[in-house]
Amino acid sequence: MSTYALTDSWTMTRRELAHWARQPGRLVVGLVFPVMLLLMFGYLVGGGRGVSGDYLDYLMPGMLALTMAFGLEGTMLAVTQDLNKGVIDRFRAMPMADGAVLVGRSAADMLQSAVGLAVLIVVGLALGWRPQGGPGAFLAAVGLLLLFRFAMLWIGIHLALVAGKPEMVQAVQILVWPVGFLSNALAAPAAMPGWLGTAVEWNPMSRTATAVRDLFGGLGADPAHLWAATAWPLALLAVFFPLAIRRFARMSH
Amino acid sequence: MADTAITVEGVRKRYGDTQALDGLDLTVARGTVHGVLGPNGAGKTTLVRILSTLLRPDSGRVEVAGHDVVRQAREVRLRIGLLGQHAALDEELGGRQNLEMFGRLHHLGARHARVRADELLERFDLTATGRKPVRAYSGGMRRRLDLAASLIGNRHGTDPEVLFLDEPTTGLDPRGRAEVWSAVRSLVGGGTTVVLTTQYLEEADQLADRISVVDRGRVIADGTADELKALTGGDRIDVVLRDPGLLGAAVALLPLPKEDVTVDPDRRLLSAPVTDRMAALSAVVRALEEAGVEAEDVALRRPTLDEVFLHLTAQDDRTKETV
Repeated sequence: MSTYALTDSWTMTRRELAHWARQPGRLVVGLVFPVMLLLMFGYLVGGGRGVSGDYLDYLMPGMLALTMAFGLEGTMLAVTQDLNKGVIDRFRAMPMADGAVLVGRSAADMLQSAVGLAVLIVVGLALGWRPQGGPGAFLAAVGLLLLFRFAMLWIGIHLALVAGKPEMVQAVQILVWPVGFLSNALAAPAAMPGWLGTAVEWNPMSRTATAVRDLFGGLGADPAHLWAATAWPLALLAVFFPLAIRRFARMSH
Repeated sequence: MADTAITVEGVRKRYGDTQALDGLDLTVARGTVHGVLGPNGAGKTTLVRILSTLLRPDSGRVEVAGHDVVRQAREVRLRIGLLGQHAALDEELGGRQNLEMFGRLHHLGARHARVRADELLERFDLTATGRKPVRAYSGGMRRRLDLAASLIGNRHGTDPEVLFLDEPTTGLDPRGRAEVWSAVRSLVGGGTTVVLTTQYLEEADQLADRISVVDRGRVIADGTADELKALTGGDRIDVVLRDPGLLGAAVALLPLPKEDVTVDPDRRLLSAPVTDRMAALSAVVRALEEAGVEAEDVALRRPTLDEVFLHLTAQDDRTKETV
């Protein structure tokens, strides 16, 4: 029956695409929000603490990583909404492939995130940001960002399955801000008090942002940075992917 | 194929401190409508969720359409339809989009899923809904689409072998209720076995060939609607007097079995079981007239679920005490 795994996952992905077609406004707001943040921090709030050189070069990789991190709440919200409606019962009482519900969700979210990255990059280019390092480094940077998003996605699914209530989504929507800002996305940790700088450097999002900065900077990526930006999301996935799958299966207990 | 569509043996399910099902047994013959009647919290929904593979029983054996619901869940899912208490639809999408999606997930294939969606929209009078999202539907329309979705059926694109309806008319207006009832009747003609849970005796009465009364996770009585009503003494007559002070006198003078008459002074009501409806009605009216006792209302009625249920649970408690 696993022959249906692909077609069922595709049917579930198409469901999300149909939602976008139905409510393009929601999709557009989701895409415009990071652009707004970029403009706010790039021009309104002005220069990051402890950042040398052009702030846009520092900010762009940070904003790209931050956008991927904020994807967590979108995933959690969508899964929570599904769980709180009867439709999940109909899916589960159908002979569809195991996991197609979650695979369809992740495919749609990854697609949306890829579009989100593209929009933000185009806006950055329009503002005068110029990534260095050639197409190979560019693709590697995008790959690392999407890998980080994929880890956030499964954390979001797991949180939705554990918490299961719209109130909890609100709590996460608020918490994601300090966690997102407790990173090197907007300011250099060197300029922060010692303990804060340490926390910021340990934030997995900082690892992704640092490696992406290397790759867009054109001076060659530090292998340790690349390693950290790959290992952290993979470690998160190794924990949360099986947890989410198990949690979903345990809905029948 | 066996003549039995559903076999449930000694099923138990516990949530924390609550024993939702406590050794429930049930057998449903193919092509029949079986009513599961009981109050809130009796275990009806838990039973339906186990039968439809959404929930695993803690112990006991459950077979639906010839397959075990735990070990052969996918085989069961290929053969069943489920209408839950809450609409199980994608509210953002339109009716056709919903049905096509469910058809694909039932592995009908893209083309067949489209044909089946059209067929069901036609059958439930939903073709005019067009692209309107389900959240803009009226309650009755939503219920019809939900029912259509639960019939997406099997690989052959016909109605499912077994259909579960969990309180299908709760919250519907009388017209919506009548629509659901007529849909259920038309299904049985096609050979589908239907299990229907309800809190309403009338619904079970209208639709079910047999009824199981469920209380505290067990079946406490089983039979046709007439058999169950006979257990409580059949029809009743209610007399509401103008003057509550005359209730005692009325009990003495009315031609009713004295030991079975119940009196409710707050509502100025006396009530008694009757066997011959018309004879009892005319005798009571005549006796009241002759004695000059003014009555506000005299009415015949069938036993309510409350009465059947109270009667059966009282009996149930008594048997427990003797054991």
